[in-house]
Amino acid sequence: MKSRDPQRQEGAGWLFVAPAIIVLGLFLIAPIGMALWVSLSDWSGRGSPISTEVNFVGTENYSALLAEPGLARQDLMISFRNTFYYVIGVVPLQTALALSLAVLVNGRFLRGRTFFRTAFYFPSVVSSVAISLLFLFLFAGSGAINNVLAWFGVNGPNWFQDSRGLIHILGDAVGIWSIADPPGWMTDPTVMGMSFWQWFSGPSVALSAIMMQVIWTTAGTFMLMFLAALQDLPVEVEEAAIVEGANKWQRFMNVTVPHLRPTILLVVTLGFIGTWQVFDQMYVMTQGGPAKTTLTPAYLSYQAAFTNGNWGQGAAIAFILFALIFILTTVQRWLMRDKYEWAQKKADRRLRRQQRRQHRETVNELQRKAQSS
Amino acid sequence: MKIQNRHLPAMFAIGLTTTLALSACGDGFEDDEANGNAEDATSAEGEASLVMLIATSGEAETAAVEAATDAWAEETGNEVEVRVASDMDQELAQGFAGGNPPDIFYLDASQVAQQATTGNLYAYEAEDNDDFFPALRDAFTYDDTQWCAPKDFSTLALQINTEKWEEAGLTDDDIPTTYEELSDVAATLDEGDSAGLVISPETDRVGAFVVGHGGWWLNEDATEPTGTSDEVIAGLEYVQENMEEGHFVHAGDVDAGWGGEAFGTEAAAMTIEGNWIRGAMSSDYPDVDYTVVEMPEGPEGPGTLLFTQCWGVASESEAQAEAVDLVNHLTTPEQQLEFAEAFGVMPSRESATDDYTEAFPEDEAFIAGGDYGRGPINAPDMTQVVADLNSQLEGLRSANIEQMMESFDTNASAVLEQ
Repeated sequence: MKSRDPQRQEGAGWLFVAPAIIVLGLFLIAPIGMALWVSLSDWSGRGSPISTEVNFVGTENYSALLAEPGLARQDLMISFRNTFYYVIGVVPLQTALALSLAVLVNGRFLRGRTFFRTAFYFPSVVSSVAISLLFLFLFAGSGAINNVLAWFGVNGPNWFQDSRGLIHILGDAVGIWSIADPPGWMTDPTVMGMSFWQWFSGPSVALSAIMMQVIWTTAGTFMLMFLAALQDLPVEVEEAAIVEGANKWQRFMNVTVPHLRPTILLVVTLGFIGTWQVFDQMYVMTQGGPAKTTLTPAYLSYQAAFTNGNWGQGAAIAFILFALIFILTTVQRWLMRDKYEWAQKKADRRLRRQQRRQHRETVNELQRKAQSS
Repeated sequence: MKIQNRHLPAMFAIGLTTTLALSACGDGFEDDEANGNAEDATSAEGEASLVMLIATSGEAETAAVEAATDAWAEETGNEVEVRVASDMDQELAQGFAGGNPPDIFYLDASQVAQQATTGNLYAYEAEDNDDFFPALRDAFTYDDTQWCAPKDFSTLALQINTEKWEEAGLTDDDIPTTYEELSDVAATLDEGDSAGLVISPETDRVGAFVVGHGGWWLNEDATEPTGTSDEVIAGLEYVQENMEEGHFVHAGDVDAGWGGEAFGTEAAAMTIEGNWIRGAMSSDYPDVDYTVVEMPEGPEGPGTLLFTQCWGVASESEAQAEAVDLVNHLTTPEQQLEFAEAFGVMPSRESATDDYTEAFPEDEAFIAGGDYGRGPINAPDMTQVVADLNSQLEGLRSANIEQMMESFDTNASAVLEQ
């Protein structure tokens, strides 16, 4: 036997990580690999995708979705438009709502704190399907929401049947355009199979109802994260700010929010990813309607595969969505970076480079000296 | 970290092995290519145990199907397990993908072409095939093959709110028999909060008027779209004109999700729905009195749509012969009448029609549609195209019909040419 380091026990090491590798491999790596293969194949949903009957078609599925004019691309672009408005609406509002709720229930002198914490967190615990069904009734044409609106003399829309976009409605109300007869300069040029008029519709009334529901449901989860961070906030810092004469609002903006920065970044990132993947609500409530205004990439992917039997495209949509989320999240993290920390890191790097250069120069000089002597 | 890097290839190897193992699991069923005729039906050795997947309308249907399959199982010594699907499309797709589909299942006519081209179906004919309504046999025929035996069917008819009808001073003689008369009574009945006729603007309703004008979305062989033909345009224009005048309304316009709801809440005096409206009316709006009459005739004769499902048998099934035998048992006129009694479907056999109308005289208008109704679009890959047309039809009132149908034709040719 060769002598070996008694600290290195490879066999045991592998043994210990084996369960994790097997589980991850079986339930994560293999399915992702299979899905990637399906997105590049013409698999028809019959038998195993890895059989001789299934052919490799290269990027055909992707180009049908992104490059060729047709229904596949049109639907994907519609779903991107819808989800874009959905994300823009939901993420800031749910973050702001979660933060305000957290600050409220963090108040040391609030009576019944536990009750409010539980109450605000409650929607996050209930299944989203159950809540969706509830909202379906609340927002029905003759439902509770419209009845309440009627008290104030507002004639509420038939929420889940109304496909008009909010920007369209706003422009119509202000008098810039008429929904029934959109201006020619907006309907004529088309980008990726959709006119400007369609691109700039804003979220439809139906989608807005879903947005309200999602904001209400998820704010509780994120409130919990903010609450945990708030409880880490040292009392001394706040007391110091009080001594300095800062009022409540100044304390919130200059002490609390900077302290919560990492949590805000986390909440916004999670919000971004979650909203781009929205599926449950569309599956339960609208199935993409009315007039495709609640179609989302995740639901479209499901529909392409299970309803239309177009598995390759369904998988391709999933990967396109993944790429989109990845890019957007990277951009968002870069935009929200801590500028001070960023600058510090940059300065550090510059300093190290400088030191290296100096070191090199000194060495060179010494060598030169040694040679010349 | 170091250990991990050094062993990265090993980890990939494990991943690959897993993938291969998974693929090996799926290898067993590629060779038995099933097609065509009863001679090469697979038959189980000894007793067969069949799995049946159904999308049930409720407790009553499940119980009736279970009772019928149990009776067959007892008689033949086989076993049948009835599974209720909560999402039929998805569960069926999972079965086919896993190579272990249910032996026998409900299959909608609009899905037949798709499943047949994929190779998921075992084509068969039930006993006394000519006894099924010809329109139903057509609905399940794709590529010159009838793929399965019709289970039952529904058709569209016109429902009239009796009270509103009488209030407006209309009598039995005024029941519309032509499209002009339908427009006229809709105008008469259109009063205040109550519209004349509520219709869901989708291919599955508006299509009836297209048929009445002698048109259809695709040509006879379902090889080319005919959306821009004069007949189709005329059918859509008829509905659009009436919507413009306000006598026909969209279910969404009167705060309803579908025609039946609008009719039940008395937001409209008439609607066009199928026999499923019976269940909705008796459970949700038992106080609304109504009559059902046949769809009025269009300029090119009577036109209605029919919706139907068949008993699909999987090409992967190991007991096809037994499955077909079970279908024979389930489609006897006696059994079909029992189903009709239990959960209100119409028998697909013509020989059961007389007994059915005798038992359910009020459904005469629905079953009459079996003679002239038109089944759904029967071509593969059309789901997305039809869905797109439906989403455009939602705005039918102010739509540019020519443009809408041109885009339908473009989309449809793209998939039909493949």
